[in-house]
Amino acid sequence: MSRRAYVRPLDLKHGCVDLSHGAGGRAMQQLIDELFAPAFKSALAADDIARGDDGAVLPPLGAGERMVIATDSHVVSPLFFPGGDIGSLAVHGTVNDVAMMGARPLYLSVGFILEEGFALAELARIVASMGAAARAAGVRIVTGDTKVVEQGNGDGVFVNTTGLGALPAARSLSGAYARAGDSILLSGSIGDHGMAIMSRRESLAFDSEIESDSAALHELVAAMLAAVPSSAECDDPERGLRLLRDPTRGGLASTLNEIAVQSDVGIQLQESALTVKPQVAAACEFLGLDPLYVANEGKLLAVCASADAPRLLAAMRAHPLGAEASVIGEVVEDAQHFVQMHTRFGGRRNVDWLSGEQLPRIC
Amino acid sequence: MCLAIPARIVELLEDAQGVVDLGGVRKQISLELVDGVVIGDYVIVHVGYALSRLDPVEAERTLALFASVELPGGAAA
Amino acid sequence: MKYVDEYRDGSVATQLAAAIAAEADPQRRYAFMEFCGGHTHAISRYGVSDLLPPQVRMIHGPGCPVCVLPIGRIDQAIRLALEHKVTLCAYGDTLRVPASGGMSLLKAKARGGDIRMVYSAADALALARDEPTREVVFFAIGFETTTPPTALVLRQARQLGLRNFSVLCCHVLTPSAIGTILESQEVRQLGTVPIDGFIGPAHVSTVIGSRPYEFFAEEYRKPVVIAGFEPLDVMQAILMLVRQVNEGRCEVENEFTRAVNRDGNLKAQQHVSEVFELRKSFEWRGLGLVPYSALRIRSAYAEWDAERRYALDYQGVADHKACECGAILRGVKKPTDCKLFATVCTPDNPMGSCMVSSEGGCAAHYTYGRFRERVA
Repeated sequence: MSRRAYVRPLDLKHGCVDLSHGAGGRAMQQLIDELFAPAFKSALAADDIARGDDGAVLPPLGAGERMVIATDSHVVSPLFFPGGDIGSLAVHGTVNDVAMMGARPLYLSVGFILEEGFALAELARIVASMGAAARAAGVRIVTGDTKVVEQGNGDGVFVNTTGLGALPAARSLSGAYARAGDSILLSGSIGDHGMAIMSRRESLAFDSEIESDSAALHELVAAMLAAVPSSAECDDPERGLRLLRDPTRGGLASTLNEIAVQSDVGIQLQESALTVKPQVAAACEFLGLDPLYVANEGKLLAVCASADAPRLLAAMRAHPLGAEASVIGEVVEDAQHFVQMHTRFGGRRNVDWLSGEQLPRIC
Repeated sequence: MCLAIPARIVELLEDAQGVVDLGGVRKQISLELVDGVVIGDYVIVHVGYALSRLDPVEAERTLALFASVELPGGAAA
Repeated sequence: MKYVDEYRDGSVATQLAAAIAAEADPQRRYAFMEFCGGHTHAISRYGVSDLLPPQVRMIHGPGCPVCVLPIGRIDQAIRLALEHKVTLCAYGDTLRVPASGGMSLLKAKARGGDIRMVYSAADALALARDEPTREVVFFAIGFETTTPPTALVLRQARQLGLRNFSVLCCHVLTPSAIGTILESQEVRQLGTVPIDGFIGPAHVSTVIGSRPYEFFAEEYRKPVVIAGFEPLDVMQAILMLVRQVNEGRCEVENEFTRAVNRDGNLKAQQHVSEVFELRKSFEWRGLGLVPYSALRIRSAYAEWDAERRYALDYQGVADHKACECGAILRGVKKPTDCKLFATVCTPDNPMGSCMVSSEGGCAAHYTYGRFRERVA
């Protein structure tokens, strides 16, 4: 299609978002044409966004496959942090949500809410990062939306991504499927993402090499399911993978508590099986934070029949994103849904739900 | 109360400030409340201030004390 | 992390546990109070109680400055932010403490109050320096560990002649709290304190030294062992307390010799006494009015005293009638003895000081130790 004639191209170096960019007129179209569409250009087929329709038509799924949909909104501050930015985070987060269902992520939609005055140069960086993350993950960004709010009503950029994926026939994973006797596996170190964010927060800032672990986990998931299929797909329904979950906000502790309630079970953890990178541990010490409650963006929890744990662990460790995987505990009977941990020290403690966000403390 | 951590001084700055290192994480803090500390010293840090110098000899002595507890039967650990 | 990891060694813990079990007399009960919230946290987080023999029990004392901060003081901080429209800088611990009318600093922030979390008092001062047209108030809480930084910051404010900075001072004193516990009505009625000894605070003691505890040991015939912050320090201190009790000694011993001496940090003490003076009395949540237990800013620094600057009056607010915090803080009752515990009163909806922060005895038990109530 022919390029529209604009008065002048977007000033990506010094320009700012203004209210006209969200108004649906020529300014918004220019933003799409010059900023979003080139960044979201997929290595695969036609550029749906550049075509300019209200929605995207998607090809049918494979025989027996069911559609999985997941959505995530991202309001992280700061927008840029060691190891990533809100753009790559938005792609990884939704790709992972789809993957945790056992589905193959295929398409993403992107919704932006931009604050008036936000620098176009920063927007360009974020958008380029999103495009790169999507291409690396093999997903296509096929449709989107932009709105602009008045200055003071937003944190620069809010992003929503919605993802669609294909779930093979017969596969079923759910947080409600854990049973007493099952093993719990974790793909790697905890606390990296949350502490990377903390390291850039005013007043709390510290110097370190901590980087966010933000990553797309769908290929790790595919390798895991190839080794240990979901229980629904196994000849013996006592065997197999019960669930996958990524411990994001609220950390490992919150996710485990959610599972305990959802599955009506209890959980016993071994602290010595958890991995915390030395600098993450040190940063937590400085601020009085417990790594169990710190966010992760590139890790997953898996619950499987205990007989399948060695095979699952081997499959995880064979993949770069699961190289430090370990069995961290087991599921037990418990009507009160306690998550208990045997500490490295030799004692035991509850790992309770958090009430609200964990805050740095002086006490 | 009083979350405080032992950190190693890695840099001395002007205005009684310094940079400490704990496990590879570095932070600038105030050394105003401690006298005569040098690079390599460990200090106890609370809310961005060094409160006292950690005595390495006493630290070793304490660890040795833990290890020397006599168990039933009179055998030292 | 050096000087941290070695003091968390699980195999050494097993040895110390065996030693405590061997030396604790099976015919008697030992109840030790760890005064400091940080010790409560260490005991809970590492599960130290599991390593103690059944006759040795730990009681969680009022050493959490957030827990004992009365509702009326948070109300003052909220008024500063919402009515006086200052920028209020506070430590993270204070943000969720419930105040009057269902409010908290976090909720006040949601209502438009400019409330900012800081890691250090120095950050609040820096903000005032960088933005001379912004009124900044630092909400200063804490025991003697946290007081010297506030003193320094006030001295600097005066040196710089800052016109837009002040401090709401709620600093409290450890020895007074210990004294209150030892002077409680249970003592007067029963003639004995149900506590056999104290684990003295780690970092407060780096500042005040071990000398202030000698009075309590002598006067009330109770042993005190000052312990470092790590779980092995706590276990070693418990062993030392068991020994003192067995041998009938009432001394102040120092386990935290790597950071604490008898005199403390004289420079820090000097700065504090230059800037602050004793309040005649101060309300402690759960303990009521305690004489000479808290500090206020001296008149030489009146310009930087938020209470004077904003003419803040203090209104005490009572806790729920059924709240047993007072008794729990004195070691006379356990969290599970309180009708409100885990029913109405939870970390999400704290009714009294013991539940307000994760170092409070009830919060620690709820968050870390509730599974112990069940039959194994």
